[in-house]
Amino acid sequence: MTATRLSVAEGARRQLDYWWTVLKRTWRGGVISSFVSPLFYVVGMGVLLGGFVPADPSRLEGATSYLTFVVPGLVAAHAMQIAVQETTYPVMGGIKWHKSYHAQMATPLAVRDIVNAHLGFVAFRVASACAVFLVVLAPFDVFATWWGPVLAWFVLVLLGMAFATVVFGTAARMRSEEGFGLIFRLGVIPLTLFSGSFFPIDNLGPVLAWVARLTPLWHGVDLTRMLCLDTVDWRLAALHLAVLGAMAGLGWWWAIRGLEQRMRS
Amino acid sequence: MISARGLRKSFGELEAVRGVDVEVRRGEAFGFLGPNGAGKSSTMRMIATVSPVSGGELRILGMDPATHGPVIRSRLGVCPQEDTLDNELNVFDNLYVYGRYFGIDKATVRERAEELLEFVQLVDKRHARVEDLSGGMKRRLTIARSLVNRPELLLLDEPTTGLDPQARHVLWDQLFRLKQAGVTLVITTHYMDEAEQLCDRLVVMDKGVIAAEGSPRQLIEQHATREVAELRFGIADDGNVHEQVAGKIEDLGRLEVLPDRILVYSPDGEEVIAKVHERGLEPIAVLVRRSTLEDVFLKLTGRTLVD
Repeated sequence: MTATRLSVAEGARRQLDYWWTVLKRTWRGGVISSFVSPLFYVVGMGVLLGGFVPADPSRLEGATSYLTFVVPGLVAAHAMQIAVQETTYPVMGGIKWHKSYHAQMATPLAVRDIVNAHLGFVAFRVASACAVFLVVLAPFDVFATWWGPVLAWFVLVLLGMAFATVVFGTAARMRSEEGFGLIFRLGVIPLTLFSGSFFPIDNLGPVLAWVARLTPLWHGVDLTRMLCLDTVDWRLAALHLAVLGAMAGLGWWWAIRGLEQRMRS
Repeated sequence: MISARGLRKSFGELEAVRGVDVEVRRGEAFGFLGPNGAGKSSTMRMIATVSPVSGGELRILGMDPATHGPVIRSRLGVCPQEDTLDNELNVFDNLYVYGRYFGIDKATVRERAEELLEFVQLVDKRHARVEDLSGGMKRRLTIARSLVNRPELLLLDEPTTGLDPQARHVLWDQLFRLKQAGVTLVITTHYMDEAEQLCDRLVVMDKGVIAAEGSPRQLIEQHATREVAELRFGIADDGNVHEQVAGKIEDLGRLEVLPDRILVYSPDGEEVIAKVHERGLEPIAVLVRRSTLEDVFLKLTGRTLVD
């Protein structure tokens, strides 16, 4: 090795075997949380509860039924939830419990390589879960075009990474896992409920609707929905992409800085 | 292999390492001794290129850890004080996955893992999960893991802490064989017998500075006498009997008065005992022994507990 640090690709390649072992031991639990639970949500909320919701396209952002309205919201919220799950306890575990980051730091890997590989694994988890979700729902006539959900899939991965990077950086700075309760109760649950996943944010009233528009999940939900329903406002789509991209970029920097400070302390 | 000049490490206001000069030569076994908080682990973390240097100069394998950390780490082996094995993986996979971090190709890392399992006597535990291993087996596996990249320099932080005597001796044997094979060892330890067994040279650190440096033999010669006479006088009603006796024998050598005994440092312990009896003193128990590194350690760093 002559370079003073590994290339991004080489750093990731060296950790493939480790993350493959992680995947082998966690995929069973992942199947339940990633695929089965969201399908229950779709059936329970989209089909059964949705049967009581009158489909007025003018009030459902262009959706022809509540099911077609709620599916993009559910999958976007699901992408966020997976990203947060995979960057809270697993990050603290790498630092405090099973100390895998400490073992990796004793090798030529640098903090940047460790963060990249972990986030790469999160991206894979989000991408695979969302792909299955979209493929399973495709026969139910919930997507207006074939390309809409394909583009939405990229958006969902970006949305997942926007949350994963920020939460990774936060978890790396936390001394105890008690704060994760706050992240879930004051972050994930309110975002899931009030960022336009289950109902149009205009129902919140003008002030709260603007609050909802400031949340990163709303940008992901709205863009995913526009793509799935083929109601794309390209200028608004560009804004959504810019917000999610900026959050992922800044979050990536925040995650690397956070783990660097933690591992050196 | 390691060259430190005026090495410092600060954590905010706290200065853990306050100007350390150390030279470690290729092929030697070098020890860092010191009580808790002496700065050993902070020094080791800087040498392992995990913790940045706060001041002074440090060169590992001729390179600056600030700019060449990954290159240096590719040639280092690190056996940390705390277990960082993957409990979910089996013994073989722990070696395999770790070897892959160094960019070693799959066939080579498998071959090395087999060799290392033999070296640390864990062949029959190849498929066992780490959480099912004993403490001694985990330490041996950690040492095997730290050797997977065939390091030139092996850092061992408290390698035998918490192990039973049998497991310690097996590990010492393995470390001795590594030294014979030309691997440079840097060891921190609380165990003086371990330092005497393994280290060619060592430094005693206290409060972030080096209090003494030399081979175990040199340190004993410089800071202790050849022998120590230990005298026990029982318990008196009117205060500490050992304090009272000390006043009568202070010309016999350097004294250390402890609550339960007096230590007299002298070239000839038997002569000390004879003179004590000549003065009409009747200890209830006497022991004459060779001075050890522990005597040097306690003289240099004191007997006060450091938590």
